[in-house]
Amino acid sequence: MNDIEIINFKKSYGDVNAVNGINLQVKKGELFGLIGPDGAGKTTLMRTICTLLLPDAGSIQVKGMDVTQNIPGIRALLGYMPQRFSLYQDLTVEQNLNFFADLFQVPQSNRESRLQQLFQFSKLEPFKKRAAGDLSGGMKQKLALSCALIHTPEILVLDEPTFGVDPVSRQEFWEILHSIRAEGTTILVSTAYMDEADLCDRVALFFSGQIKAVDTPLALRKNFKFPLYRLQGKNLRQLRDFFDQISGIHTTQTFGDSLHVSFSGKQSESQWQAWQKKTGGNLVSWQVQEPSIEDVFLDLIK
Amino acid sequence: MTKASRTIAIARKEFLHIIHDPRSLIIIFVMPLMQLILFGYALNMEIQNINLAVIDYSRTPQSSHLIEQFEGSEFFSVFHYNGKHSDIENIFLKREAKIILVIDQDFARNFQRQTKTSIQILVDAADPNAATIIKNYCYGIIANFNLEHGGQISQPFDVEPRIWYNPDMKSAYFFVPGLIALILVMISAMLTSLAITREKETGTLEQILVSPIKPIEIIIGKVFPYIIMAFLDGFLILMMGMILFKVPFAGSHFLLILLSTLYIITALSLGLMISATVETQQVAMMMAISATLLPTVMLSGFIFPIRSMPILLQYVSYIVPAKYFLIIARGILIKGNTFFQLGFQTLALTLMSIILLIRTLRKFSLNLEK
Amino acid sequence: MIEHNKIAVRTNKLTRRFGKFTAVDQVSIEVKQGEIFGFLGANGAGKTTMIRMLCGLLKPSAGDATVSGFDVYKQSENIKKNIGYMSQKFSLYDDLTIQENIEFFGGIYGLTKEQIQSRKKTLLKEVRLTNVEESMTRDLPVGFKQRLALGCALLHDPLILFLDEPTSGVDPEARRSFWDLIYHTAEAGKTIFVTTHFMDEAEYCHRLSIMRDGKLIAVGSPGELRDLYHKSNMQDVFIEIVNGE
Repeated sequence: MNDIEIINFKKSYGDVNAVNGINLQVKKGELFGLIGPDGAGKTTLMRTICTLLLPDAGSIQVKGMDVTQNIPGIRALLGYMPQRFSLYQDLTVEQNLNFFADLFQVPQSNRESRLQQLFQFSKLEPFKKRAAGDLSGGMKQKLALSCALIHTPEILVLDEPTFGVDPVSRQEFWEILHSIRAEGTTILVSTAYMDEADLCDRVALFFSGQIKAVDTPLALRKNFKFPLYRLQGKNLRQLRDFFDQISGIHTTQTFGDSLHVSFSGKQSESQWQAWQKKTGGNLVSWQVQEPSIEDVFLDLIK
Repeated sequence: MTKASRTIAIARKEFLHIIHDPRSLIIIFVMPLMQLILFGYALNMEIQNINLAVIDYSRTPQSSHLIEQFEGSEFFSVFHYNGKHSDIENIFLKREAKIILVIDQDFARNFQRQTKTSIQILVDAADPNAATIIKNYCYGIIANFNLEHGGQISQPFDVEPRIWYNPDMKSAYFFVPGLIALILVMISAMLTSLAITREKETGTLEQILVSPIKPIEIIIGKVFPYIIMAFLDGFLILMMGMILFKVPFAGSHFLLILLSTLYIITALSLGLMISATVETQQVAMMMAISATLLPTVMLSGFIFPIRSMPILLQYVSYIVPAKYFLIIARGILIKGNTFFQLGFQTLALTLMSIILLIRTLRKFSLNLEK
Repeated sequence: MIEHNKIAVRTNKLTRRFGKFTAVDQVSIEVKQGEIFGFLGANGAGKTTMIRMLCGLLKPSAGDATVSGFDVYKQSENIKKNIGYMSQKFSLYDDLTIQENIEFFGGIYGLTKEQIQSRKKTLLKEVRLTNVEESMTRDLPVGFKQRLALGCALLHDPLILFLDEPTSGVDPEARRSFWDLIYHTAEAGKTIFVTTHFMDEAEYCHRLSIMRDGKLIAVGSPGELRDLYHKSNMQDVFIEIVNGE
């Protein structure tokens, strides 16, 4: 049985279709990523899974329980970290944790050992007397995660947990997620950062209320059917203008000091040399570029 | 663990928020004291249609003529009181009239003899500003009466008004109960609605909602600290009023506490209702001001007597909880009213609380659906 | 119109202390006109202080810096006239139309009515917002808002543009078209500074600088930095630099 089973789920606000009929299964123990830009419908889907919103159509089941039927049952086994969740800034780390422990009725006997476990990965113990508002962005995220984990949930739902956090803290946060997953917890995480897709077991690419693809990040990139090259040139603007005119070209995109071009088919070495000549040596070098999830995404939303 | 533990968790956290924010704490306790001192100044008021009870022992054309003068004025609506003289006090306690005109038996005789005659005017000065104005209207009418009969009377009669309940006409008597009404409604309604909408804004409410908590647990946990604050504040104003302005405490302490609790519950229900409806602190603040601060100051009889308002606003005043609490607080503190004399006000507040609470509990859902 | 190799911003051992804490420690950089230059660094690495000094908002404690030839110590007023700023939150008024937003920002930059009208026309064309200028800002897709914010930052025709995480959270298509616009702006002779946490954004810069504890640790194009640290992506380069001692 899948931990989360979504069948033809629809939800709209007024005339806006936030989520427009999606099907999705999240397996037990996997780290599943919902990848998509702001406004794609990620938050709506997550809130519905957490029983905070009701589906307009279709059904969502969490561990076999319907989100409209068994609300207390679902809430008891779910850990949820809302988007831009900022905790109680004026309470200390310890007070925040204790508050959520009270709220989720973590028995006093287990509490100390649970806090120790959480401190182990969050490394927040030395700061437990500090007000949450005085923590760095990365530490705040870890505290928020700890609060969501306090009652040892079976499924963890995280809505853009790495928003606005610096890259080092982001990396550390993902390492923590991997260790939680290793303990058997199912994790559903959303992000607007395409590069985080590679850190998930499986991902759904989400755009304007629809799922464009579901697979492992590796398979998604492997199936990208337009050979991609990275070019170096003396004048990138002219080089880009040149390739925009070539027949069989799929996309051209400047990236700082290089140009990415993709074609409908693979290009031979002799073809490249011909282009080098034709550009009067403006094209300096070319090499195959691995497509990123962003390339895949871009292609799917076209 | 029981349900109570979750409620306590919420209440404890709310107390921590209050303690962690010394600035608000100062505002909560210093603002009322500032207002108490500021409201020591009297304000100008216009009054109309004041009930005037006439006790005419003279029953002569002369006395009727004097009464006609009062009837002819737009300020008074006159009725004849037929009860026993010893029950006069009840006229005020039951709020049947603000002013009583007693004309002595020998009024006409003295008048004809052109010797000094006197009438008695009793003014309910629980509301001292109104009392002063009423007194001045009376002087005006009587002076006219003298002028009209000037050809016949060489010596005008003298007026010696006796003012009951608030003989020194101290404004503080009048303002202290009003200020308690204002502060209680502000703390109960405004602060609670802000406290809940703040959690909506920061996203923490979402996190609380996904826990196994029930709406009633959130509500009780949230409001409890503010009930305590409201009581402390009410007590503080009363104490200061009694020390600085010698406000009396004529009635029952227990009754005042009981009915204050009822009023606080009404105000809290209003605050909860607001917070269940709006999403941001800014909107909550504006709604709380228009639903509590403005009506309490303008429409409760706190500053402007309800009787001198346009008829429409007089009707509106019936849904202002402070209107009832004001009568309760003034009644208990100054007049020593008993529970039965305040039955109507108690009933009104109880009804309001029930309606508001039912609406709030219906609106306060455990999800984010509108 | 664009003078290649003309230096737009030069700092020499630029330093800023707050009490005993050194936020920026002897940083020397040279940024050419028309260059897109990225500032990367963990929180508190000194990026913000650096930018504030270059904007003339904060006086350095030591060292020299010139921005478009103006001295940061003596000519901060001139500097302020010549810079544009766009933040990740796009400080636009949601309840004004595109047109009204432009007119408002033109007004606070002290442009005359005629200047605003003529600038508005060219800018709307440049940021591809013609025919929608009557639309309410709140009804626009994120990509449009972003372009409007850029338009507003360019209204007074600044020489230098600062972008703070300009494309975080927008969809890849909007991001790419936004960056095309930035490249276009740079080619027209504007120098562009970008601060960001996100390496996929950093990849678009011509050159990047990475700071740690107030010091400049590395400067180079994304390709150069990847090669230098033997990493396949900027994320790993960044982690290596920030964690390294």
